[in-house]
Amino acid sequence: MRLAVENLAFGYPGKPVGEGVSFTVKPGEVLCLLGPNGGGKTTLFKTVLSLLAPRAGSVRVDGESVAGWGRPRLARTFGYVPQAQLTGFPFSVREVVLMGRTAHIGPFAVPSRADHEAAAAALATLGVAHLADREYTQISGGERQLSLIARALAQDPRVLVMDEPTASLDFGNQVRVLTHVETLAGRGIAIIFSTHDPDQAFLCAHRVALLSQGRLVALGTPEAVITPERLGAIYGVSVAIAQVEGPAGGRTRVCVPSLARPVAY
Amino acid sequence: MAAMSPELVSALFLSVQVALSATLLNALLGIPIAYVLARRRFWGHGLLDLLVTLPLVLPPTVTGYYLIVLLGRRGVLGQPIYEATGWSIAFTWYAAVVAATVMALPLLVRTARAAIESVDRDLERAAWTLGHSEWRTALEVTLPLARNGLVAGLVLAFARALGEFGATLMLAGNIPGKTTTAPLAIYTAVQTGERGEALLLVGLLTALSCVVLIAAGRLGPRAV
Repeated sequence: MRLAVENLAFGYPGKPVGEGVSFTVKPGEVLCLLGPNGGGKTTLFKTVLSLLAPRAGSVRVDGESVAGWGRPRLARTFGYVPQAQLTGFPFSVREVVLMGRTAHIGPFAVPSRADHEAAAAALATLGVAHLADREYTQISGGERQLSLIARALAQDPRVLVMDEPTASLDFGNQVRVLTHVETLAGRGIAIIFSTHDPDQAFLCAHRVALLSQGRLVALGTPEAVITPERLGAIYGVSVAIAQVEGPAGGRTRVCVPSLARPVAY
Repeated sequence: MAAMSPELVSALFLSVQVALSATLLNALLGIPIAYVLARRRFWGHGLLDLLVTLPLVLPPTVTGYYLIVLLGRRGVLGQPIYEATGWSIAFTWYAAVVAATVMALPLLVRTARAAIESVDRDLERAAWTLGHSEWRTALEVTLPLARNGLVAGLVLAFARALGEFGATLMLAGNIPGKTTTAPLAIYTAVQTGERGEALLLVGLLTALSCVVLIAAGRLGPRAV
């Protein structure tokens, strides 16, 4: 399914956050949303997920506006990985992942054998099958994030929206999460994820959208969008971009900021 | 103490019957109203809030007067009903239920609304993104999390309904054995010098109210 965001204006009642945002994501494509704190990334995501009504414009799936879609249909299309937060409910990881099946289960039915198998398969895909019986509140931040991705995977969505999936993860877990992003895209899921680390866009995104002050500043391939000039303008720091050879061969780019020469913007 | 006369027994039972019916109606009407006031923004939001809250601040006789204008035999709704069926709700025990319901509604709605508003909206959003409709989310996430406040509101509504006097007198009258609830019976007893009967009813109502409060405290530790 092809996701198209068309001329979207978003925000809260009486408080506009952004406008004029348009982009598309194809099946199997990874779009990385970059932008400074307060730039409107989370509000944009909430609008894409129909948690907020668009102030103007539309969110379309295969050309059809999602306005008026019911929650079950939305949830079978959009999977959402929120920033891993601790809630006070001591569900097991298996139960958390099983909640991803909600949209596939009838109002008065209980999860079927197939639902349990889908949950188990999602945990196995992310390599965390061993966590199934652990309490969600007792596992580490990285394990929680992987559990939430497993939940979204069990939901069997066409579009996966991930809000800073690597925030507060250690280096190893960040790389593991990005590996899964690539794997899931390989299954034909359209993925949008936000991050504060431009290097991640070079690693696994097909395209990058740069959101600042509620507007799309740039949209295109990571190489075209992430330039020292743009990063300087948006983050107010001076950055060099270096090409390096990755450990498995192939060249990738990394952003190297300078502490000595802050840019005055 | 005076022995329980049949009138007293009848007044006491009628009061409990009216208060329970009014509490049930409050649950069916008031919880949905509290939910939409807490979670939806719509045209007429402020008006609904005002209408539901008014009986809290109006003198009960004024509320009762409006109910007569609305439901009396020659009332806005009452007259068509009377002409169609030959029946009027005025001066029946149903009228006592209506009066008690309207008078108790603001207490339930305000308590329930505050409880619903305190439910973490992210939990509702989580249910939505997982595919629960707003309807199912309200029933399975929001209202269960607001349970303590809902119980507290229903207890307050029951207590208010049990003690309703002014609006009940206006719409239902004071017909012994038919619409005389315990508070009306107490007033009548005092007026006719039956101090023993009044004291007995006062004691029973006080005891009943204490039992309700204690029971509510057991149901939810922070309910009342």
